[in-house]
Amino acid sequence: MRHEPEIVERSLDSTLESVDSAEEIAVSAAQRAGFDEDDLMRIGMAVRESMVNAVVHGNRYSEHKKVRFSVANRAQRFTVRIADEGAGFDFDHLPDPLAPENLLRTSGRGIFLIRSFMDEFLVRRLEPSGTEVTLVKYLVSK
Amino acid sequence: MSVKLNTRQVGDVSVVDVAGRITLGEGSSALRDTLRDMVTKDHKKILLNLGEVSYIDSSGIGELVSGFTTVTNNGGELKLLNLNKRVKDLLSITKLYTVFDVHEDEAAAIRSFA
Repeated sequence: MRHEPEIVERSLDSTLESVDSAEEIAVSAAQRAGFDEDDLMRIGMAVRESMVNAVVHGNRYSEHKKVRFSVANRAQRFTVRIADEGAGFDFDHLPDPLAPENLLRTSGRGIFLIRSFMDEFLVRRLEPSGTEVTLVKYLVSK
Repeated sequence: MSVKLNTRQVGDVSVVDVAGRITLGEGSSALRDTLRDMVTKDHKKILLNLGEVSYIDSSGIGELVSGFTTVTNNGGELKLLNLNKRVKDLLSITKLYTVFDVHEDEAAAIRSFA
């Protein structure tokens, strides 16, 4: 088990292959940081869902747009940042996927899962365009 | 590994053995295509065996819900078999565990169809 700081940064194409790559990079780094199997699954899925949002909904698979991806492990905080170049959308007014009328919707659970699996989830609008999400998992639970 | 689907018939129940990852892209579209094909062929009793599913994301969950709705709207039943802990946890936190009829024993699941 290693606990020294680690930072990985990548500029990724807007493809589903990048979603897989980002998940693999994040899970490998989280494993080196010392997270257990359950947390590795949670981190992997949160990163996957965030990358899908960036590639599919943000950049809309555009070959001209990149996803900036970084992983940092410092001071018991495992932080993943994912930034797209898309138009963005309103994270604050998403339908509640647990509401009875939404249970059988076929989409709309990604952000809910990210929030469920990570300790912190922050969203920042970028100028002139784009959205950056920051996912944080504490190595030692609060 | 992406997803692998194998369909077999047990009496009048169609059992779909699913293995691998049900995620956005090939995995979820393969599941969608298989279920739509079965509905087109008027299969009414469908049992999804998820015992070998290693991973499922929100898109995969969406395909399960979509399949459930499509089969139900066609007058059929779609049930789930052999959920591992991760899939079970996912269905629990999304409140879908009670929506689906979930079984742990194939023979009992087959018998449960009306």
